[in-house]
Amino acid sequence: MTAPALELTDVWKRFGRMEIIRGVSLTVPVGERHALIGPNGAGKSTLFNLISGRLTVSAGTIRINGEDVAGLAPYEINRRGLSRSFQVTNIFPRLSVWENVRCSVLWSMGYKYSFWRSVDDLADVRERIERILDETNLLDRRHVPAGVLAYADQRALEIGITIAGGAGVILLDEPTAGMSHAEAENAVALIRRISAGRTLVIIEHDMSVVFDLADRISVLVYGELIATDVPARIKADPAVQAAYLGTAAA
Amino acid sequence: MSNAAKPATWTAAPAAAMPGALRRYGVWLVAAAVFVVLPHIFSSGTALTVMSLMGIAIIFALSYNMLLGQTGMLSFGHAVYYGLGAFCAVHVMNLAIRHIVPVPLVLIPLVGGAGGLLFGVVFGSVSTKRGGIAFAMISLGLAELVASSALILRGFFGGEEGVTTNRTKLLRLFDWSFGPQVQVYYLIAAWCLVCMIAMYALTRTPFGRMCNAVRDNPERAQFVGYNPQMVRFIAFCLSGFFAGIAGGLAAINFEIVNSSYVGLGPSGTVLIAAYLGGVGYFVGPVIGAVLVTYLQLMLSDATEIWQLYFGLLFIAVVAFAPGGIASLVMMHAPLWRARVVHRLVPAYLLALAPALVMLAGISLVIEMTFRLTVKASEPSAMTFFHVPLDAASVASWLAALLLIAGGFWLFRRSWPVVDRAWTEARAAAKRQGSAS
Repeated sequence: MTAPALELTDVWKRFGRMEIIRGVSLTVPVGERHALIGPNGAGKSTLFNLISGRLTVSAGTIRINGEDVAGLAPYEINRRGLSRSFQVTNIFPRLSVWENVRCSVLWSMGYKYSFWRSVDDLADVRERIERILDETNLLDRRHVPAGVLAYADQRALEIGITIAGGAGVILLDEPTAGMSHAEAENAVALIRRISAGRTLVIIEHDMSVVFDLADRISVLVYGELIATDVPARIKADPAVQAAYLGTAAA
Repeated sequence: MSNAAKPATWTAAPAAAMPGALRRYGVWLVAAAVFVVLPHIFSSGTALTVMSLMGIAIIFALSYNMLLGQTGMLSFGHAVYYGLGAFCAVHVMNLAIRHIVPVPLVLIPLVGGAGGLLFGVVFGSVSTKRGGIAFAMISLGLAELVASSALILRGFFGGEEGVTTNRTKLLRLFDWSFGPQVQVYYLIAAWCLVCMIAMYALTRTPFGRMCNAVRDNPERAQFVGYNPQMVRFIAFCLSGFFAGIAGGLAAINFEIVNSSYVGLGPSGTVLIAAYLGGVGYFVGPVIGAVLVTYLQLMLSDATEIWQLYFGLLFIAVVAFAPGGIASLVMMHAPLWRARVVHRLVPAYLLALAPALVMLAGISLVIEMTFRLTVKASEPSAMTFFHVPLDAASVASWLAALLLIAGGFWLFRRSWPVVDRAWTEARAAAKRQGSAS
């Protein structure tokens, strides 16, 4: 039996006496598209920060493909097959779109800290970048410095950087936030394409996107998971409606 | 020498846009040719000395820019690696003279590089844990530490008088004694070329590219698998290596190494050279190194207070052209490609004339003030650009103020002409760009 892609066991995060994440346990099997929802301030981004190593857990274990990653640095977790995007666009602004994606493929393709071969001669790297830019519809913007891209393109690049390393587990933090309706639709189509064959955990506020995309949904309220289930049953769950959907609909 | 290196940005176009082998290596062939020819054009002893020092300064400034421009690390103590490299080189030279180690002189710079690398590894393991301000402060602390040790550890640093050597007494290859300065020049030029190529090539490697990524966004670099501390550490060690090569060449050139090599003076000079030239471009520190070396050696002949002018120049560049001289040159690259850059020449000349008048006036005020205050014991009669005048007379001051005011007024009048010429040339370049 293969280990789950992501397994959280009784994860706690405290800042001083503030308990932000309170005993979260969650198992995401390989290949699932999992949505994490909850009101603002519930701790969704904090949970992502814990999983990706940006923050360290106060208690509990986090396993990626069966391997305990608690206490590892973000780059070590990334090398173990987990990649994430950020709610606030987090790219290399002075580098071109092409170079941004290249940054994210070099390590995973084994070039690491190599300072003895020319990066322009690496045909495999070039091919991978082209494929990623094609997938994210950024091919014609390849020479543009990332900092001057339009917002929706920056968000697409953010996703491109996240997936380019070929990680099996992808965390996307509000990928459609701040987008127009049409842009969000494009983004969802992109997420659907890139999540094929991967495990996806996505934080998203747009419920139509969530119910459209997710295999299962987890609801986080005040640092606790109050439900994890398939979309239809989440919709019908009275506790969820009271805590989240009810207030959103009102 | 600056025109020998092709301007190339750190963020050049990707492989698809790379031209053929001639374009790729052509610029280095041109640089090599220039290095070979230069002593035949400028053959005086002074010129050879100046060009030798320029070659050393180019390596040193480029090594500094591996930190500042490429990886975003501001170091206030880069001369530590230059100086310690020089000390390692001079000691090995003396061992070689006594036949204890058989190293030919042409490989001594490599000894300097090894010394720079060694101390880069030692000090880098401490200082590169953090970037930004913390790194800058630690670099300053280490510089102070080494500079003060230089006067205490007399065995290695030679105390006040330093360590001397004789470059002609080493194992000879090809019957070159390296006594005459021209032979030393060619040794420095060869190493300068090799180091320039190596440092440029380094920017085009996976590691070199990740230096840029760590410079721009160290946090994001972590989430694509890279440890920013490790990137900074490797950059620091390699930078120390090249700084050490420059130090080794300096040891050969001067045949004496003393505590001033590791001091804050050269650390500041290399920062200024890199910044003046432009840290955003590979060629920037080359321009800066050539200019600063020239000013240090030539301006000091022309005026006693050359450092004041040097400082004013630095302030002017930081204030008006923060991208350095290279950025001013690179602004014209699209116009050069469109072959319209010559249209700017009349406008530039028109603005240059009053600008020079204004600068002459400012310089006259500075020189007369210097004469009347610092040199108060000497007579007030002096010459300025071969013009005899009296610093104490009202007429001289009126003339100076007239030069400044008149130059400024005419310069302001000429600026719209430059502006218009620039706009028109840009428009012409754009039209050609869209037509082709």
